[in-house]
Amino acid sequence: MLTALVFLPAVAAGILLCLPRTTPPLLVRAVWVAVSSVEVALVLAVWAGHGSGGGMTHETRAVWIPSAGIGYHVGVDGLSLPLLALTAVLFWACAVHALRMTRRVRLLAALFLFLETTCLGLFAALDLILFFVFFDLSLVAMYFVIAGWGHRPGAPRAAVKFFLYTFTGSLALLLGFIGLYLAAEPHTFDMVALARGEVTAGRPLYGALVLLAVGAGLAIKTPTVPFHTWLPPAHTEAPAVGSAILAGVLLKMGTYGFLRIAMPLLPDRWREFALVFVVVGVVSVLYGALVALAQRDFKRMIAYTSVNHMGYVLLALGAAAGSAGTADGAARLAVSGAVFQMVSHGLLTGALFLLAGVLYERGRTYDMTAYSGLAARAPVFAALTGVAVFGSLGLPGLSGFVAEFQVLAGSLGPRPLATVLAVLGLLLTAALLLGALRRVFLGPLRLPVAPGTGRPFPDVRRHEIAAVVPLLVLAVALGLFPRVVLDAIEPFSRTLLGLVGR
Amino acid sequence: MSGQAGALVWALAGVPAATGGVLALAGRRADRVAPGTAVAAALGTLALAVAAAREAAAVSAPFLEGLPLGLSAAGMSGPLAVTVAGATVTVLLFAAAGREGGARARFHGLMLLFAAAMLVTVTATTLTTLLLGWEVMGAASWALIGHRWREPARTEAAQVAFVTTRAADLGLYVAAGAALAGGVGSLRLDRLPEAAGPWLHVVTAGVVTAALGKSAQLPFAFWLSRAMQGPSAVSALLHSATMVAAGAYLLLRLSPLTAASGWGGAAVAWAGAVTALALGLVALAQRDLKQLLAASTCAQTGFMVLAAGVAATTGGTLQLMAHAAAKSLAFLVSGWWLARLGTKSLTRLRGAARRHRAVGAAFTVAALGLAGVPPLSLWAAKDLVLAGALAHDPWLYAVGLAAAVVSACYSVKALWYVWQPVEREAAGSAVRRAASPRRVPVAVSLAVPAAAVPGLAVLALPGPRAALGRAVGGGSGPAPGAGELLLSAGLAVVAGCAAWVLGGRRTVLPPAVVAAARDWLRLERAARVCVVRPVRRLAAALAAFDDRVLDRCVHALAAGAVRCAAFTDRRVEAAVDAAVEEVGAAGRRLGRLARRPQSGLLHQYLAQAVAAFTVLALVLVLVR
Repeated sequence: MLTALVFLPAVAAGILLCLPRTTPPLLVRAVWVAVSSVEVALVLAVWAGHGSGGGMTHETRAVWIPSAGIGYHVGVDGLSLPLLALTAVLFWACAVHALRMTRRVRLLAALFLFLETTCLGLFAALDLILFFVFFDLSLVAMYFVIAGWGHRPGAPRAAVKFFLYTFTGSLALLLGFIGLYLAAEPHTFDMVALARGEVTAGRPLYGALVLLAVGAGLAIKTPTVPFHTWLPPAHTEAPAVGSAILAGVLLKMGTYGFLRIAMPLLPDRWREFALVFVVVGVVSVLYGALVALAQRDFKRMIAYTSVNHMGYVLLALGAAAGSAGTADGAARLAVSGAVFQMVSHGLLTGALFLLAGVLYERGRTYDMTAYSGLAARAPVFAALTGVAVFGSLGLPGLSGFVAEFQVLAGSLGPRPLATVLAVLGLLLTAALLLGALRRVFLGPLRLPVAPGTGRPFPDVRRHEIAAVVPLLVLAVALGLFPRVVLDAIEPFSRTLLGLVGR
Repeated sequence: MSGQAGALVWALAGVPAATGGVLALAGRRADRVAPGTAVAAALGTLALAVAAAREAAAVSAPFLEGLPLGLSAAGMSGPLAVTVAGATVTVLLFAAAGREGGARARFHGLMLLFAAAMLVTVTATTLTTLLLGWEVMGAASWALIGHRWREPARTEAAQVAFVTTRAADLGLYVAAGAALAGGVGSLRLDRLPEAAGPWLHVVTAGVVTAALGKSAQLPFAFWLSRAMQGPSAVSALLHSATMVAAGAYLLLRLSPLTAASGWGGAAVAWAGAVTALALGLVALAQRDLKQLLAASTCAQTGFMVLAAGVAATTGGTLQLMAHAAAKSLAFLVSGWWLARLGTKSLTRLRGAARRHRAVGAAFTVAALGLAGVPPLSLWAAKDLVLAGALAHDPWLYAVGLAAAVVSACYSVKALWYVWQPVEREAAGSAVRRAASPRRVPVAVSLAVPAAAVPGLAVLALPGPRAALGRAVGGGSGPAPGAGELLLSAGLAVVAGCAAWVLGGRRTVLPPAVVAAARDWLRLERAARVCVVRPVRRLAAALAAFDDRVLDRCVHALAAGAVRCAAFTDRRVEAAVDAAVEEVGAAGRRLGRLARRPQSGLLHQYLAQAVAAFTVLALVLVLVR
């Protein structure tokens, strides 16, 4: 069933590409939404079949390239499941959001469906090479989305920058994977086999170099300071749906990699260098928030807050390593918070980017100083953005609070100074996000002077509401009833800390 | 605990939260029904609060790993929940009677959410739960202060208030982490004093910071001045039973924690006493009625904080309840005047009380209550607090007494203005022909707190006081002696009379001091200069660094690769190509050489053969 979940979108994409050029766009969109809906249902089915245990379920193995120790091996646990669900939901929202899109819909739908397969595959992969393949294919698909559907002359350049930068990261990752492969006896790329014991034990320098390669590759993808500069241009030039997926799903691949590969496969080295990750995390939190504070471009600002939010994840993982193995509740809290933060950030930032698309479609600019008092023309739009913004700044009742509270409360014990600094990030994001909300939506009405003056600013349309509201409803639901997801995450946290503290 | 009682506490928070959420989301469609629905929900909440307090109901539900959500109406939470619910009813009744247009559903919905958040805060049994209510309350205050969102000054005020209080709120996040690290696994409020070693001090510092921020104590007081930009009903709720009261409540509730830390009690007590005195002077210097009342809120809350510092829990709780009644009443009247007379300036409110004597009388009760005139409840409460202070430190008592004198001065100053004879020509013109509000709800909403201001004094009598003390878990505490009671009563009356005689005349203080006090001690400017501006500069500098250095470096790397490629193309490639060409040329040259002997002449071939054989023979001979 997991394999079907992963590859169904790709098959649908293939079929869409085989259809003649003259296929009515209506049919294409219908297929796109239908397949995305089926994916959501499939994820729920997989989740239901997972049960409450901490181990892997739905494992599937197949021989692929046995001579090189590469196999097709997928499975899900408490880390994969929330991310698979997030992926399915976000792709569904994008499909709905794109219902009115007219530009080469067939190709876009095929690309997105293909992209969905790569994302789902990555979060289910239990073989390093399989992971790598999905990782790189997602870059290819996203490159075409940005280059082909980006709305400004800068799009191709941003797409190339995105691709080359993250591709460099993936090469570092590959180097690290080969390092792991060579150290394992017998040679294998299978994550489950590699996690049975630290393969680089007794060779600290070798292990450190492997962690450096893997860590650098994942840090570029996450992204953390100072490897984040590909993110703002990619976001500003990408279409709204592209940004939503980029921020909501693709960024998670980096942090997912830390949790799935770096921590369990190199536990000793991770503990040894935990401080590095703590520092990188805190710097990302503060630097991301401060740079976001200085932005005038709405999308760039959200892009930098992503750097801030992903910084919390790194902080938590670094801090958890410090106290892992002492059977400490705080470390578990930090790891669960980090996973929860990935889901929460996906929902809220996904929603924010879709809303940014609404803004651009009407005003043709992301420059916040060009707008004022939009709540007068578009009250629903303002209300939705308000909810997303408050969620993003960590208001209780929404998912962001659950994540950040766990991360901060869990990290303070092992790393007091770093965590106190990171707490300041909460204040900065509150100030900058509310400042943006105020500038764009409140005050006297002012619209950008666009060609064809007197352009009205219609409120959100039905398909836009249909795409954004479920994301926000989920964010509220997870904020009020986090147990639904935490019940899956917590066994994973326990298992992971067991591995790291070994 | 029976399930039914548990359901009471859930409903206590859930009814206003759900009703408020629905109203706020419904938007303009619900504008007509919103005021009625909100009042009904508030009344229901009040009934639930009374029932839950009587049952001492408690519930708990799993939330995070090892950190459940817990609500309980036992102990101090019960009376406070009733106070919050009661204040909400009167304020919402007043707001429903007013006919101010515009987004009533959003307004009433947010007010209910605001109250619900406060109810969660006062009934929370764990730090996680408390933080939940605490932060939602801040967000609701943002939305309410900026309710008239078209006016930039109001939304800016909302932003200032939210960011300032959230800056202090960070203390609670730190406290939660520290408590976990200190071994308080459940984060239960009553277990916090057990935090181990140095973590206890971190927990205390975090909690105290958060509470001082929320209660607008020094040095955070300035946000309350800005919060006046909200509608009057918002001020009435925000200053009486929510938001500002939350900080004082937290400190009262956690006074065992501050006491356990060793230094926390004294720090809290002094923060409260100094705020009571300094902000009292700020209130005295104001020319605007709402600003005067706002500063007086800080000052009166200072007494509650002082009470928390000296563990006079009963007195502090009584002060909180009595102040809630007096202050909501004062704000409702000032809002009524603002709507009817179009002004909140003290000089232009001359004679306001004479126009509508009933309303004027209500304001008089509120002001005399704030002044600490016997036998009103605030006098009794303040003396309980001061008795606790005297037991700790005579200096603390002296500062508190001075603050009480100042409170009498500013309250009577406000009274003096509104009871001045009306000048005839001004009388007619000033009255705004606003739609007259419905009389009955307004009368009720003013009468209830007006009755509560003297009525709550009953709780200070020995018997009820002991009962209240048992309920809030603070014991009866040191009771004020007759001498103290007479001293404070006499001081209040004398100071009040002096203020009345002085009336609107200038004070004896130097003008610079008065100007600073009128500007709320220039606290906001200080915060802007010392914090906001440097942070903004840093942000701009980092953004420039990001674009000009970090991003350029990446581009330089890429450009370097391109240059390397160009170099390879021009130099290396040319060299390799030249080498290949050279090899080819050499081959051609060799070929030309090899062609030479092929002349086609037989005799030459013969000679070549002879030469070759000779060489061969020589080689054979020599090798052998």
